[in-house]
Amino acid sequence: MKATSEEVIALSGATAALVAVLIAAIGAVLALFGQDEVIRFHGALFLIAAVAAGYYVLAHPREGGADEQAHYMDGPIKVATIAAVVWGLVGFLVGDIIAWQLAFPALNLDLPWTNFGRLRPVHTSAVIFAFGGNVLLATSFYVVQRTSRARIAGFWAPWFVIWGYQLFIVLAASGYVLGVTEGKEYAEPEWYVDLWLTLVWVVYLFVFLGTLWKRKEPHIYVANWFYLAFIVTIAMLHIVNNLSVPVSFLGAKSYSLFSGVQDAMTQWWYGHNAVGFFLTAGFLGIMYYFIPKRVERPVYSYRLSIIHFWSLIFLYIWAGPHHLHYTALPEWAQTLGMTFSIMLWMPSWGGMINGLMTLSGAWDRLRTDPVVRLLVVSVAFYGMSTFEGPLMSIKSVNSLSHYTDWTIGHVHSGALGWVGMVSFGAIYCLVPWLWKRRGLYSLKLVEWHFWTATIGIVLYISAMWVSGITQGLMWRAYDNLGFLKYSFVETVEAMHWPYIIRATGGLMFVVGGVLMAINVWRTIRGETSSDIADQPASAAAPELRHAIAATPAE
Amino acid sequence: MTKREIDSVTGVETTGHVWDGDLKELNKPLPRWWLYVLYATIVWAVGYWIVYPAWPTLNDTYTKGMFDYSQRGEVSKEVTAGKAAQAKYFELIAATPVAEIEKNQELLPFVMAGGAAVFGDNCGPCHGKGGGGAVGYPNLNDDDWLWGGTADQIEHTIQYGIRSGHPETRDMAMPRFGLDGILKPAEIVDAAQFVLSLSGKSTDASAADRGKKIFADNCAACHGEDGKGNQDMGAPNLTDGIWLYGGKLENVEKTIETGRGGVMPYWTGRLDPVTIKMLAAYVHSLGGGK
Repeated sequence: MKATSEEVIALSGATAALVAVLIAAIGAVLALFGQDEVIRFHGALFLIAAVAAGYYVLAHPREGGADEQAHYMDGPIKVATIAAVVWGLVGFLVGDIIAWQLAFPALNLDLPWTNFGRLRPVHTSAVIFAFGGNVLLATSFYVVQRTSRARIAGFWAPWFVIWGYQLFIVLAASGYVLGVTEGKEYAEPEWYVDLWLTLVWVVYLFVFLGTLWKRKEPHIYVANWFYLAFIVTIAMLHIVNNLSVPVSFLGAKSYSLFSGVQDAMTQWWYGHNAVGFFLTAGFLGIMYYFIPKRVERPVYSYRLSIIHFWSLIFLYIWAGPHHLHYTALPEWAQTLGMTFSIMLWMPSWGGMINGLMTLSGAWDRLRTDPVVRLLVVSVAFYGMSTFEGPLMSIKSVNSLSHYTDWTIGHVHSGALGWVGMVSFGAIYCLVPWLWKRRGLYSLKLVEWHFWTATIGIVLYISAMWVSGITQGLMWRAYDNLGFLKYSFVETVEAMHWPYIIRATGGLMFVVGGVLMAINVWRTIRGETSSDIADQPASAAAPELRHAIAATPAE
Repeated sequence: MTKREIDSVTGVETTGHVWDGDLKELNKPLPRWWLYVLYATIVWAVGYWIVYPAWPTLNDTYTKGMFDYSQRGEVSKEVTAGKAAQAKYFELIAATPVAEIEKNQELLPFVMAGGAAVFGDNCGPCHGKGGGGAVGYPNLNDDDWLWGGTADQIEHTIQYGIRSGHPETRDMAMPRFGLDGILKPAEIVDAAQFVLSLSGKSTDASAADRGKKIFADNCAACHGEDGKGNQDMGAPNLTDGIWLYGGKLENVEKTIETGRGGVMPYWTGRLDPVTIKMLAAYVHSLGGGK
């Protein structure tokens, strides 16, 4: 392997230092001259982060040499993996707290920082962007290097992506708690946080593309198609939906460039495709690497992967209007949203078939390996919610389900069942592989995690089906004289027990997350596994398994 | 690099690509059922586009479908039909004085159903789903009325509210005897003891005795010398043991000290006159109507 030239090393160090200085300067300006407390606080965070990063870059100059390029770069992946576990716990916990708040409103505590309205975006952003996002960052950097047989592109850039993304999360969450929001669901951060994420995301795109560019394999592996579709589309969605005009460049508040139904349509074009490309395409990338790797079987059908990939990304982008049925949105747009959602059914299921059928010849692993079970059950939940989604997009079904808890249940069968479980499976694979262990600290704990999480999810979604359909039917019930049969508050009362069951299910999911954190922590510390003999060969780091080439190509 | 091989488990050929040491793909054809269902959904979607409004066109309109179906058209048909079904009752109620409604056996079931529906969403949040009230929000099931319990008086209260800011509103309030320095703290305790004695709940007979004169000088103008209240001024009866803000000594002291002035919004302009009539008749029927 050719060593990196001294010019490139000098350039990369200088660029990193310059970026740190620029961000520190912007942070200092905001901290000193910001017009409101929140932007001053956030300016200070920028300043501290940039100074710390700049100090690190200068104190640890890049050494270069042949050795640097002879290994995959795993440092940023390790950070993102640990971040995913930590943010996951925060996100699950806040979610469960707000679930209890819905059952017992006194838990809002009558404080602005702890009320449902502020904590709810903390929950959604923490689980989607902080937990899910870090899992995607970690796995995509891991997978793209291995399947390209190339070390990741850039030296400081991957670090910038990982730490810059953590800074984005802290800015977003602290803003919500302090009452700063754009009021757009799943896109709540204000303009300056959006700009920061845009910068981080574009660097992410370049690092990913650069690694593909350097690849030593003739073909691009299917997981990378999905990762790339995810990165590119999220960049587009994020930029367009967040177009806004700040009131002042020194203040936190901004106003959306769109208004009225155009704003609503843009928002749900964003919102639905965040589900489609962040939570579906990205996690299908995870599935396509970790299932075949863990069960040591070939992907079921290459041809299916091509057809379902292209049909999925072509059809998904049209489906957003189904969030705005029976609103001011023109009827033709609703029709298109609904019909494209129906056509999306099979393209979504293509991924499920490929995930499940990859187990052909290895079905016994479901019984013996709870990590495989997490991965496979996630695909089953994926199949269930991608059937439920098109069903709910049908206008006449939607007229019952819309604005009810059925929607919340649907989202969580996808989020807890698919995204959560596939992420847990990937993390359990990744940790021993990254930290060069022979296996996990305890497979038994994984077993416990699997069952607490699964039972929790089942409680959650069945409670939401019951409450959602009850709610929908109560809202539309008329008596024979033409009067509404139930007052709104009666429908709220009817939700009480389903809310308690939901929050109990959520608590079990949180407990599962704690078990995972313990297991991951002990595996990283290198504690001896009590059940190493039960773990499959594929649980061990590649270097410890057999002579597979686990280094970049010469 | 490309080296096709037969997978021993399934007997299917691989594509010959290998990544990361052992990642391979089988060259399986698409599952037939999957493909046919995909085709079926596409055919269904195209059919739906033909039947219903679907695609925007270049001349700033959109394809209208085969039956000229429109979501708004449908809902306005349903609303019209619903209103037509209720029209005869609405006309009849408009022509009937509110006090007469309860005697009209044809109207009564309609008014009770309509009143209950409107009450649940508009009044229930404060007065309770069944009108049972809460601290600060009167119980509408008993016969203790602050501003009068005839159907007409109830209708007036609903129309204009209490201390609601509407020019016609019922607008007297309990003064702030303590905060405004009219009574000293010790006098407030005595007055409160006297007020409690009216319903036999005083805990200090000598204090109640001292309070008698304070009451006569300061309270009797509104609440009456006997403390039985005055509905023209919204002054509650203090002898019946029914308390809007609580009947413990400290509650009564607090009432005298800080005054009370709860607000009920006005509904005229928010609910139509017929609906307000139904509501008045419904509240009147709850148990305590005069």
